[in-house]
Amino acid sequence: MEKLKTTADLEALRKSLLEAYDPNKTRVRICMTGCRAFGAVEVREALKNEIEKLGLQDKIEIIDTGCHGFCAVAPVMVVEPQGIFYHSMTVDDVPEIVSETLVKGNIIDRLIYKDPVTEEKFPYEKDVPFYKDQIKVVLRNCGKIDPKDIMQYIARDGYSAIAKVYSEMKPEDVIETVKSSGLRGRGGAGFPAGMKWGFARAAKGDKKYIICNADEGDPGAFMDRAVLEGDPHTVIEGMLIAAYAIGADEAYIYVRAEYPIAVEHIHIAVKQAEELGLLGDNILGSGVNFHLHIKEGAGAFVCGEETALMASIEGRRGMPRMRPPFPANSGLWAKPTNINNVETFANVASIILKGSDWYAAMGTEKSKGTKAFALAGKVNNTGLIEVPMGITIRKIVFDIGGGIPNGKEFKAVQIGGPSGGCLTTQHLDLGVDYDSLTAAGAIVGSGGMIVMDEETCMVDTARYFMNFVQSESCGKCIPCRVGTRRMLEILTRITEGKGKDEDLDLLLEMAQQIKVSSLCALGQTAPNPVLTTMRYFRDEYESHITGDCCPSHVCTELFEFRIDAEACKGCGLCKKQCPVECISGERRQPHVIDPAVCIRCGVCFDVCPFDAISKTHEHLYRWTCKEEALA
Amino acid sequence: METTTKLNDNELDLSKLDKVLDDIEQGNESLLIPALQMAQALYGYLSIPVLEKIADHLQIPLSRAYGVATFYAQFRFKPSGKYVIKVCRGTACHVRGSKGILEALERELNIKDGDVTPDLKFSIETVACLGTCFLAPVIMINDRYFGKLTSKKIRDVLKEYENR
Repeated sequence: MEKLKTTADLEALRKSLLEAYDPNKTRVRICMTGCRAFGAVEVREALKNEIEKLGLQDKIEIIDTGCHGFCAVAPVMVVEPQGIFYHSMTVDDVPEIVSETLVKGNIIDRLIYKDPVTEEKFPYEKDVPFYKDQIKVVLRNCGKIDPKDIMQYIARDGYSAIAKVYSEMKPEDVIETVKSSGLRGRGGAGFPAGMKWGFARAAKGDKKYIICNADEGDPGAFMDRAVLEGDPHTVIEGMLIAAYAIGADEAYIYVRAEYPIAVEHIHIAVKQAEELGLLGDNILGSGVNFHLHIKEGAGAFVCGEETALMASIEGRRGMPRMRPPFPANSGLWAKPTNINNVETFANVASIILKGSDWYAAMGTEKSKGTKAFALAGKVNNTGLIEVPMGITIRKIVFDIGGGIPNGKEFKAVQIGGPSGGCLTTQHLDLGVDYDSLTAAGAIVGSGGMIVMDEETCMVDTARYFMNFVQSESCGKCIPCRVGTRRMLEILTRITEGKGKDEDLDLLLEMAQQIKVSSLCALGQTAPNPVLTTMRYFRDEYESHITGDCCPSHVCTELFEFRIDAEACKGCGLCKKQCPVECISGERRQPHVIDPAVCIRCGVCFDVCPFDAISKTHEHLYRWTCKEEALA
Repeated sequence: METTTKLNDNELDLSKLDKVLDDIEQGNESLLIPALQMAQALYGYLSIPVLEKIADHLQIPLSRAYGVATFYAQFRFKPSGKYVIKVCRGTACHVRGSKGILEALERELNIKDGDVTPDLKFSIETVACLGTCFLAPVIMINDRYFGKLTSKKIRDVLKEYENR
């Protein structure tokens, strides 16, 4: 690839790419990132082989794209130019896909999306209900381009934002634009990005750094992963613009090692950008130098915290430090540093090209623009979505998300990961934005949204998050290191049926102390899941402590499996599968589970072909033993 | 920590590490984590001789290298199995029963999370999130994903590997 020496060169390249593009050619856009986990590789191989077998490789192009978002129906593909959306394809479907759809343009009924209730058909991508309420800014190229080909990014206005910045804007103009767009940091804290850039610009010093926080550690969050895998150049371009604004010439992308595809795609993207002269010295003849390094994380959630992240880049243990001084004044190697999340950077190029007014027209008064969410848990349409701020929880869970599977009842949606809180049925019509969620005791967070149903125990959920935070605590400050351990001990006792009456007040007291005195946001937000579950589900805590049962049938000491003697046909399947041999019974006679030996693993429940096994929290064996002991 | 029992791996071929260290600037402490990552990619785990060599090259005390290595969950101090089973314990997976999947694996293989079977065939690790929440509950065995698991299905998956 020849280096681009001026912004005019870039424009000429873009023009020639667009001129050479035949919009009528048959193309297959198939997701080769997340969908790899569900057969996309095999389907793609089969497509390639079938196309070559028929000698059509010059007429039909396969594009390996990033995430289309509708992960629940993986693998997914779109056929251009018609825009036909297919899902759940298998290798056996491939010959028909090629001969019917790719060659003749006919639609294969069984592969198109149908509404599960009305059975209405939606053969075209633009009509699929999952996408209807979404607005893609951050995800605009995901699913559309091959992230390993910089030319495809350039053809879609890629790098024209930085060209505009170099030709027409002063650093102060860039900061002003980002400020008036209202863009708030998308990593979770929601601090106004433009203001942060302003601080770094004003900081004294001739050496400044940009850092992209790609250490997406919240379990259940995969928005940043999708952007890095599916459109890494948008992040690079955002960092270029930020560097110009604050006067930095060097940058790091700190990406977690648990995302190997993202790591691979960023390396390719940086290499291609360097080859074209979009990274390096005197970029596009502007006189600006900008060098981008990639650092991989090593499995520490706390390194998502900005000061811990910088310590990690410096080769040290990821332990946070006091602020002030803030990174904008003293960051990486004590130099002024601006650190932003992947999603924040991914918004910047669009804001520059389309203007701050365009961005500020979306969203609410204090939370502008769109937000990417990773929708998962007990919801039908799990996947990646991008919606305008202010959209209601109801719309996300029930319209886009398609509601709760298996006819279960919605119970709560957990937002913001281990730092976040739950929203319940009373919040379904709440618009998602930074301030409304804070008022309800939750946070927008990085974008992970876990839907929970009647079979989720909120006490177990609180314990789960506390366990996570405890194991990820860096250990530096006592409130977090010791405090979360004690809270975890109490929560564990409660889930084991050993809760005491004074436990709930003690948990609340400790939560307040830990919030106020922890060194960093990991400790400060660690009590949040406990606080919000106690606020909205106190009765569940009380059931565990005084009622001695888990009404959601999750905490293994507080529920039992029972075989219904009338439904049981004595097939013996459960007895055969039971790992602790606690089921007895003769063939064709009703079987019985011995609750004293049963470990509540659930295998019998899974395998029973007659649905004869159910979960119960009444008249538990442990109660009858207690009563007998007391008698 | 059980690291003390396996820490005298003097039969390791350290010349492979020399090649890797050639690309790492001597005395540049900020390259400690990448150095540890490359060493683990070579040997499958970090042993004291390897840590000593890295510390020496970067001109830092062994205690500092050890302190950083033990801080990060990615680094192992005993060899992993031929088949590394990663159990996702992310929120979406937890809500869909991954704790039961982990317990089933521990029962079937008779080892705990973080251990390796005596024949070095399987090891179990838990990961906070694999990012494939639409497959919850999910595990990975080396590069392969197994999703939408139940306690019953996990036994079928293991059977397939036991026969290899």
